[in-house]
Amino acid sequence: MGAIRLENVKKTFGNIDVIPGVNLEINDGEFVVFVGPSGCGKSTLLRLIAGLEDVTDGKIMINGVDMANESPAKRGLSMVFQSYALYPHMTVYNNIAFGLKMAGETKAVIDEKVRNAAKILNLTDYLERRPGALSGGQRQRVAIGRAIVRNPAAFLFDEPLSNLDAALRVNMRLEITGLHQELKTTMIYVTHDQVEAMTMADKIVVLQAGRVEQVGKPMDLYAKPANKFVAGFIGSPKMNFIEGDYARARDCACVGVRPEHLLLSTEQGDIAATVKIAEHLGAETYLHVNADNIGPMTVRATGEVPLSGNDRIWLTPDPERIHRFDKNDKAISN
Amino acid sequence: MESKFKTPFGQFAYTVFAWIIGLAIFFPILWMVLTSFKSELDAVNMPPLFLDFNWTLENYTGILEQSNYFKFAMNSVILSFGSTFIGLIFAVTCAWAMAFNPTKRTKDTLLWMLSTKMMPPVGVLVPIYLVFRDWGLLDNRFGLIMVLFLMNLPIMVWMLYTYFKEIPKDILEAARMDGATLPKEIIFVLLPMAIPGIASTMLLNVILAWNEAFWTLNLTTSDAAPLTAFIASYSSPEGLFWAKLSAASTLAVAPILIVGWFSQKQLVRGLTFGAVK
Repeated sequence: MGAIRLENVKKTFGNIDVIPGVNLEINDGEFVVFVGPSGCGKSTLLRLIAGLEDVTDGKIMINGVDMANESPAKRGLSMVFQSYALYPHMTVYNNIAFGLKMAGETKAVIDEKVRNAAKILNLTDYLERRPGALSGGQRQRVAIGRAIVRNPAAFLFDEPLSNLDAALRVNMRLEITGLHQELKTTMIYVTHDQVEAMTMADKIVVLQAGRVEQVGKPMDLYAKPANKFVAGFIGSPKMNFIEGDYARARDCACVGVRPEHLLLSTEQGDIAATVKIAEHLGAETYLHVNADNIGPMTVRATGEVPLSGNDRIWLTPDPERIHRFDKNDKAISN
Repeated sequence: MESKFKTPFGQFAYTVFAWIIGLAIFFPILWMVLTSFKSELDAVNMPPLFLDFNWTLENYTGILEQSNYFKFAMNSVILSFGSTFIGLIFAVTCAWAMAFNPTKRTKDTLLWMLSTKMMPPVGVLVPIYLVFRDWGLLDNRFGLIMVLFLMNLPIMVWMLYTYFKEIPKDILEAARMDGATLPKEIIFVLLPMAIPGIASTMLLNVILAWNEAFWTLNLTTSDAAPLTAFIASYSSPEGLFWAKLSAASTLAVAPILIVGWFSQKQLVRGLTFGAVK
């Protein structure tokens, strides 16, 4: 069981409001991702839930009990750190066993749980090694092993993949998702990478300047962003924003069109543009264009597109998939 | 390590220079040891005799008969290890707080602590002497342990602080998440990672306390007197006995010299920690 509810959680450092007041509901077994640009307070929020930082005000309900003023140990949560934070002087076995020892488990129970976790994470051959003799991916798995043996109410991940190289990151992403499906324990995962957020989450929480901008399923955030910030943050390449006459003609302050929702033509269309740079990725092509009277835009076309710099093209936004925003950057429902 | 000197001559000059400095520092100790094996007459001979004198052990037998070396030595051990041990308890907790939970004033506090070392001890001799007299702490081991511990505390805190700064805070937080209470976090996670730092801090403070002469001479007479007092008892007003004094000094520094010799690697690492990467 691991339902977590944040009620008006506030955090101030000196006289800076890092978290001005967050309300959030996390259901048992959910995979929730906190995403946002660096400095948006997502890690601070995670540390508040963990108990590594003291809340200035508000309640942190874990399974219905307010834990806001309890020590981390009493909250029954496990955390995987960005730096892995393994104990360098202990073997892998003792690293994983440490939490169980602190909980006063018997040797037999500890041994069984450690070996079980090692089996799940493919660490059985490395139990007698020290963290210094392991690769980055193995260290990450030890950190996860240390978290799962304690059978926590929820796992907290603080940017766990950002120290790994690109290929390993994709692997570990799948492993963590697989682990979640197997254990069905609540997971809270912090990242600045919207791809990780989109691929792993049941529910994404987009944060900016300590405020929750939007909470929702990945595809809901993609299809119906609540404001311009979420629209720009979720999706890659970034959404195009068109202001001025084009927006005024559609009764709004700004129109947003995703690069993949622009129909490309070399003959006709709504917006005339000149190609500046074409990035050919094989499966798809990113065109960075300069649209007449609008400015720079990005277009994503599937497959090979035989275009290069200075070619003239025409773009037509898919009318079903344009986003309109008012002058306060809020989305206007279509 | 790559040499900074490009020419073999530069390397040679550097080596010679290092040896000269090293020998200059070591010479007084060597001379003291040599003198301790001379007769009193040979000891004051002019020109000084280097190796061609009659080697004798009479100074050692003499002073071991005359005074109770082991009582003084035992006091030295109790005072230096006692003050270091108590100091460690305070310094570890203090350095933990400053390294892992710093405030705006942590740097000032550290500087202030160090500034107490800049005051000449004689400046507070009278007040401390009076307090010791009134509390019955004169010539008392406990009283002296307290003085030595407080005297070295700033250095211990500084050394441990530098060490602890190098330990990632994440690891301590991981221990907290794993359910370790504060004492367990310090004993099972922080201290094992800081063993080299703690060892060199201990060692340096044992040496400093062992060699401390000002307070040990002024606040003791016989019961709590350590080896510094044992040496001083041979520099008597009725004329200097150089050979006996040298033998007493040799006996006094021998234990700590041996300990220091065996742990020099640890000590050098500790003293340069943070400075050399």
